[in-house]
This record gives sequence, C-alpha cells and structure tokens, in this order.
Amino acid sequence: MADLVLESRPDIYTDLTSDKIVQEDLQTEEMLVNMGPQHPATHGVLRVVLRTDGEMVLEAVPHIGYLHRCAEKIGENVAPYQYIPYTDRMDYLAGMNDNLAFALAVEKLAGLEVTPRANLIRVIFAELNRIASHLVSVGTYGLDIGAFTPFLYCFREREMILDLFESACGARLTYSYITVGGVTQDLPERFIDICSEFLDYFEPKIAEYNNLLSYNHIFVKRTANIGVISAKDALAWGLTGPVLRGSGIKWDLRKSQPDIGYDQFEFDVPIGQGLKGTVGDCWDRYFVRVCEMEQSVKILRQALERLRGTPGETLDKRGKTLKLPADEIYYELENPRGQLGFYVQGNGSTIPARVKARGPSFCNLSITNHVCTNCLLADIAAIIGSIDVVMGEVDR
Amino acid sequence: MAPEEIAAVLKDTFGDRITGSQFQSAHPRIEVKAEAWPDVATFLRDDRRLQFNMLRCISTLDMLEDDLLAAVYDLDSLAGEPDTSGVWSRRHVLSVHVRVPRDNPHIPSVAHIWPAADWHEREAYDLMGIVFDGHPDSLEGPEGRHPRRILCPDDWEGHPLRKDYVFPMEYHGIPAVTEYGQTRPVH
Repeated sequence: MADLVLESRPDIYTDLTSDKIVQEDLQTEEMLVNMGPQHPATHGVLRVVLRTDGEMVLEAVPHIGYLHRCAEKIGENVAPYQYIPYTDRMDYLAGMNDNLAFALAVEKLAGLEVTPRANLIRVIFAELNRIASHLVSVGTYGLDIGAFTPFLYCFREREMILDLFESACGARLTYSYITVGGVTQDLPERFIDICSEFLDYFEPKIAEYNNLLSYNHIFVKRTANIGVISAKDALAWGLTGPVLRGSGIKWDLRKSQPDIGYDQFEFDVPIGQGLKGTVGDCWDRYFVRVCEMEQSVKILRQALERLRGTPGETLDKRGKTLKLPADEIYYELENPRGQLGFYVQGNGSTIPARVKARGPSFCNLSITNHVCTNCLLADIAAIIGSIDVVMGEVDR
Repeated sequence: MAPEEIAAVLKDTFGDRITGSQFQSAHPRIEVKAEAWPDVATFLRDDRRLQFNMLRCISTLDMLEDDLLAAVYDLDSLAGEPDTSGVWSRRHVLSVHVRVPRDNPHIPSVAHIWPAADWHEREAYDLMGIVFDGHPDSLEGPEGRHPRRILCPDDWEGHPLRKDYVFPMEYHGIPAVTEYGQTRPVH
C-alpha cells in the first residue's frame, strides 16, 4: 500500500446530488455481450448481441438463421400432402396447427371442402395443441425467471395431451395428422370420453398455476412493467397472437375470420389489462396465454359435444391427387404464437409453383431491438421469454 | 370495402401508376409500379377510408418465363379501440404486387411506413435477391447497397429461391450437394 500514488483525488466537498456527478460515476465503457446461440433462456438457437453499458442494455440485435432449412424451396418440389410433414417441423410445439394452416390454404386454393366431422376433429386437435403449446410456453417462462416447479407441473399436463395425440395418430410431436382433405384417420374408440376426463382434470389446474406462478410476488416483480409494447407499436411491427393481445388489442382470427366454424362456439378473447403493471408488459403477455387455455377448454367441451352427433367420413381421398389451379392464395390461421400464413401459388399441376410461410414468431421477434433498448440486462431473458419464439418457425 | 372499390380509390389518386388488377382470384390484388410504391403505401396507411395499419407478409415470386421478380405485400386493416371489451374487426384486406425486371430488381423500402417490413424485406433480399433501396439495415456490396441477409450467412452466394439457382457443391469446406442434386427435378 505504501507505493500507491493517487494521481487525482476526488474533492470531498463535491455536491453529490448534481447530475454531473451521477453521470460521471455511472457511465462505464460500453461492452458487447453475446447471448446465445446456445443460451438456455433464448428458447432454441437464437443469438442476440447486446450492447451494454454496465447493467443497461442499449441495443439488442437478434441474429437468426441457425435452423434455416429453406422449407419454402422444398415446397416447390413436393405435392401438398407430402409437404404436410415439413410444416410439422416449423412450429414444432404446435404441429397440428401448422398442418391445419397449410391444409386449409391448399384446400381453399383448389376448392376442396372437408366433411363436418373432419372439420370438428380439426378444431379439437387445434385447440388441444394450443393448450399443449401454451403449457410449454408458461412452464419455460417460469423457468427463465427462476421458478423450476411450475415447469414440471405444466409438462405433467402436457404429457396427457400428447397421449391423446398418440392415441389418434401415433406421433407425439410431429403429427402430420391433419392433412389435405381432412384428417388421416378417424378417432380411436372412447376418445371423446377420455378427452372429456382430461378436461375435467385440467381445468382446475389453471387456478393452481395462477397461485403457484402468475400471482407469485417474485414473478410479478420480475415481469410487471418490463418490456412494455404499446398497442400502436404492436400493430406497426405486425405482431400477432398473445403478443398483440397482451398490448390490449382484442384481435383474434378465430373471431374475425371464422371460416372453420369457430363462430359456432362460445368463447372469449382475453387481452392484457395491466392488472399488475402497464398494459403490454411481460406479465400481460404471459397471462393472456394462461387465460387462453381456459377459453380453449371451453371450445373443446362444446366441440366434443358436437362431435358425438356428427358421424361421417373423415378423409377426402382427392387430397392426394389434387391439381392446383393457376392461381394464388394467401391464407392465415390463428396459431398459438400468432398468425401463421401460407402463400401458395399453383400452376395447374399437383406441385405448387411457390410456397411461402409467414412464421408468427419471425414477425414477433423483429420487435426485440425496439423493446430491449434501455432495459436492464436481467430483463432480457424475461422479455424474450414473453415473446415466446420457436426457432424452427423463425428460421423455417 | 371490396377490393374493387379500393382499387377505384387508388386509381383516382395515382392514375396510371396503378398498372393492373386481378379480382377474379382466390387472392384479389392490384399491381403498382415500383417507383410509386412508397407513395401508394403511405396513402394506403394514412387515408381515412383505407387505414391499412398492418403489413402481414411480403412474399416473393420468381416469374422466370416473363423475366420478372415480384414482391407481394399482404395488408390488413384492423378496426377497434384498444383496451376495450369489443372484439376488433377487419375492415378490409388488400394484396399488392410490385413487379421488377429480373436483371435489375430494385424496389423502394417501406420499412419507414410499416416497421414490420424491415425483416420481411431482409428475407426477400436474402432468398430472392430483390434489393430494397433505402432499407434501414443496409450494407455496401459489389453491386451497390442492399439489405443485410437474415437467414443465410452474410457471405452466402446467390439467392436460393430463384428458379435458376444452382446449389453450391460446398460451403467453407463443408460438402453441400452432389452433382446429382444439382440437376433440378422437372415437374
């Protein structure tokens, strides 16, 4: 200590309340932090480069493409029914919804109608998959914030939905069950009873998640008033799904474009209300997903009841030999993560001339830099988790 | 409004800069000249009758036989009040084709009108090679400024979704495709 020479000593009588002192004291050198692509809180292979000043994040630039397989090029080389398995691998947590969106786009282009029974089965599986997907989202979001237990409970319930899927089509993740012309096979025996039993079991669990996670004081502190997206920004950036509804916009394609029969069911569209903070914060986006599970249960009960009285075929065999007219279509469907769109162009043959997928996660992720500007480093995981991206769909 | 009425409004304002329309389709659309597109886009967003407040998607097309590339903009107009109990409804939808020559594909960027266009335009450049002039995230390249690639690596050569794309045999020493794979299937 003896040879320590102080070159300049701070004036002990400085006015410590002045802005200048605060600025000089807090300002540090800027540093680039590379988060990902193998970071547990980025939900897959997402890499975000952060420009930080101490604990403050000044800029967050996402780099994507690690899972890019050019699925659109593949679409130009196979028939639509052969492309269905590729759509499974886009949003791999909601394979049923992806199958449905592509099948509907092709059917609308070619003018193919499915039977009422097939349509009801499609709605049931789309909603079951919505619950399964939101369970993963809610569970892993708790995990991001540091709550491990809700994750295990969520996966316990998701397992039961996967068992239902397995009983219907044999697959637990990449289903290819909903296909062009209907669904590949009819439901197994007692499916409706088992599914109803599951709903009776599952519905009270949602209150449990709320007690365990949603209203947990630490969880609320970490997510309320963090990463606020205003309604105006949400529209301008083309956000859809729970991220858009979290900002207070009551927009749902199931309501505004009820072409697969959602208008026959009674359900509500939950939106962010700023219950714990500001409208459009991370907690709102999270809570919209929890509320959507309740609504999906409501739809499922009505659909199962309706299915009992709807006999008939479930697959139109023309789906495999469908010739696509020389026309184009852009069709969107409400997926768990937002609106999945397919642009399909035909040229008179069975193979499309062009297939383009609009991944909802891709559009939702594009607002990252805007939201993460001037937030704290620890909030990055909370914000990215609340946007809930699936990289298979971002990179396609 | 029906697509025909929207086209009539645009035709009144922009005249022959609206080059065509197709309504007898599963995807009703109008065609706009590339250099007029930002003006038309601003009008579509700001006009009180139209209010296209959401850009849903930018798709791209390669029309090899016509020697053209096209960008297809799908727009949506959402009507409602934030933070109320009323479900938002859809005023109308519109799709816009912007066609450019294959050897010099330049379209002015609309990322300042709809920020959603930012990543869509980067993807369209990356996979189809349409250059969006004035894009906020642009790089200097051998053939002028172009948007940054988004899905492929920055040093990737070519644009994979073009119909005449030749698959590379290797990338940085990583074997990519065989000679057999380079021959395209004919459908």
